[in-house]
Amino acid sequence: MSTPRANLEVFPRSVRLMLWLGLAALAAFPFVGGDFYVQMVTRMMILAIFAMSLDLLQGVSGLVSLGHAAYFGLAGYALAFLMPQNEATSIWLTLPLSVLASGLAALVIGFFVVRTHGIYFIMVTMAFAQMVFFLFFDNKALGGSDGLYINFKPTVSLGGWTLMDLDDKKTLYFFTLATLLLVYGFLRRLLWSPFGRALAGIRINEHRMRALGFGTFGYKLTAFSLAGALAGLAGYLWGVQTGYINPELMGFHMSAHAIMMVILGGMGNFAGAIVGAFGFEVVLHLFKDLPQVGSVQLGKHWQLWMGSFIVLVVIFAPRGLLGLAGRLGRHKGAVDE
Amino acid sequence: MDFPTFLIQLLNSVQYGLLLFMLAAGLTLIFGIMGVVNLAHGSFYMLGAYLAYSLSAQLGSLTLALLVGTLLSVGFGLALEWLLFRHFYKRDHLDQVLLTFGLIYIFEELRSMIWGDDVHGVAIPALLGESIPLTANLSYPVYRLFMSAVCVALALGLYLLISKTRLGMKIRAGAFNRDMAEALGINIKLIHAIVFAIGVGLAVVAGMIAAPVSSVYPNMGSQVLIMCFVVVVIGGIGSVRGALISALLVGLVDTFGKVLLPSVSGMLVYMLMAAVLLWKPEGLFKQ
Repeated sequence: MSTPRANLEVFPRSVRLMLWLGLAALAAFPFVGGDFYVQMVTRMMILAIFAMSLDLLQGVSGLVSLGHAAYFGLAGYALAFLMPQNEATSIWLTLPLSVLASGLAALVIGFFVVRTHGIYFIMVTMAFAQMVFFLFFDNKALGGSDGLYINFKPTVSLGGWTLMDLDDKKTLYFFTLATLLLVYGFLRRLLWSPFGRALAGIRINEHRMRALGFGTFGYKLTAFSLAGALAGLAGYLWGVQTGYINPELMGFHMSAHAIMMVILGGMGNFAGAIVGAFGFEVVLHLFKDLPQVGSVQLGKHWQLWMGSFIVLVVIFAPRGLLGLAGRLGRHKGAVDE
Repeated sequence: MDFPTFLIQLLNSVQYGLLLFMLAAGLTLIFGIMGVVNLAHGSFYMLGAYLAYSLSAQLGSLTLALLVGTLLSVGFGLALEWLLFRHFYKRDHLDQVLLTFGLIYIFEELRSMIWGDDVHGVAIPALLGESIPLTANLSYPVYRLFMSAVCVALALGLYLLISKTRLGMKIRAGAFNRDMAEALGINIKLIHAIVFAIGVGLAVVAGMIAAPVSSVYPNMGSQVLIMCFVVVVIGGIGSVRGALISALLVGLVDTFGKVLLPSVSGMLVYMLMAAVLLWKPEGLFKQ
């Protein structure tokens, strides 16, 4: 029905330059920006990790998950359960377990969903995410509709030495930035590994991959679990930063926002997901802060602007910002499939 | 559970299932024939409920509101198809997901601007306001029977339209082989517009008749949308018959789940879906 899109996997020099400049700006930002903006950018970086994890499915493997937020939220909940009410727990305990929880949930759900294709996959991922949502929403013991508080930041210490204090906003910022770079580096390596090439092959023609002897079910399930675990990493950081977790984070809007971030930046190369996450959050804040004109508070109607923005992007720039930049760079960077 | 309670729950589950069918039928038709995944389908249901609220107040009668609302919704469906959806039939599912997600935001905000964010009730017409007594203290409202009757009538109409009329033949031909149908002189664009309008119309009517029972509130579309997805996945995409059987099944599981296993009732339907996926990944009635 639809042909797979060629992804921009190798960046032209212009895009690479922009990415380095962006990194420099991120590294320098806490020294010039106020606390409020440092927190805001930290949040954008967390969402960028979340968007990258989805890109592994959506951009690389061609699996459009409309339920990715479930794994994001689950790790946050895991952190909330692992952290006692009155004392802080170590990051060495909470981080791996939270990420593992998300990864395991993705493995179990993935077992059901990756046997479906195309439209089925979209609907089924959404339905399972909704199941997880209701599990938490309906049960008072799991926080119910109000969610849970995470009263302390996890401690980062080694042999009695405190390495980092995540309560400090700048420290958390750099910790998140480092995580972002690690995840990016890992996923870029993965993209060019035999595993990543097999995933790209599945996106383009799964039947042919099977005919070539690839067990595509295993590949897809591994990608789905890995993406779930990485989404969990982002969700964990979200829980650490905000100190609060609620079912909305696992909801359908959160999942759709992640899809939009990946599209907005450009799919299949992870850098696009980062750019898209930043772009999406900036646009969202712009719309919410629109001024009052006459008697109409424009910012109050942000959903109207956001909806129109999404519709316009889909109509006019379905290959995202990096796709546009790549084309402007007039460089044969895109791999045409 | 004694018999009258059982009977009430059974009737409720059938009524809920039939209502879900109205929505799922449109969703599955639009996907099966045009290949479009429509997240905004729940918004049409919400639109129907708000139309029932406004029109019944304006016109003074729910029956009249139903007629006017149906006409309005068909016009709305045709306009939306012409303006947006027709350009997305051959696009990636991903683009369709985003387009229709954007539309959810737009519709939700327009709803808030026009009708506000309060919960509204819609009066049941006096003629249907009675209840049928079953025992000394249990009774069943006539209006719910009326809802089921409307759904059955529309389902029957849909069946006759698709399988017995010339238009239905063209719809089936278009779904089976679009290029061949076009080569034989069938105006496939018109067929698509009609199918889309039917889908919108069914969802809006479902919203209108459900309004007096469910009341009218913001975001009422989202939850029903996800239930419809489950119905369509279980039934098999593109199969109207599958949607009917699966909607009734989901209605039964959901209604009786709430009575018998209240602690996990929210998840039961999804477990049903998981079981079906293990057994038949393409749904029960994949065409």
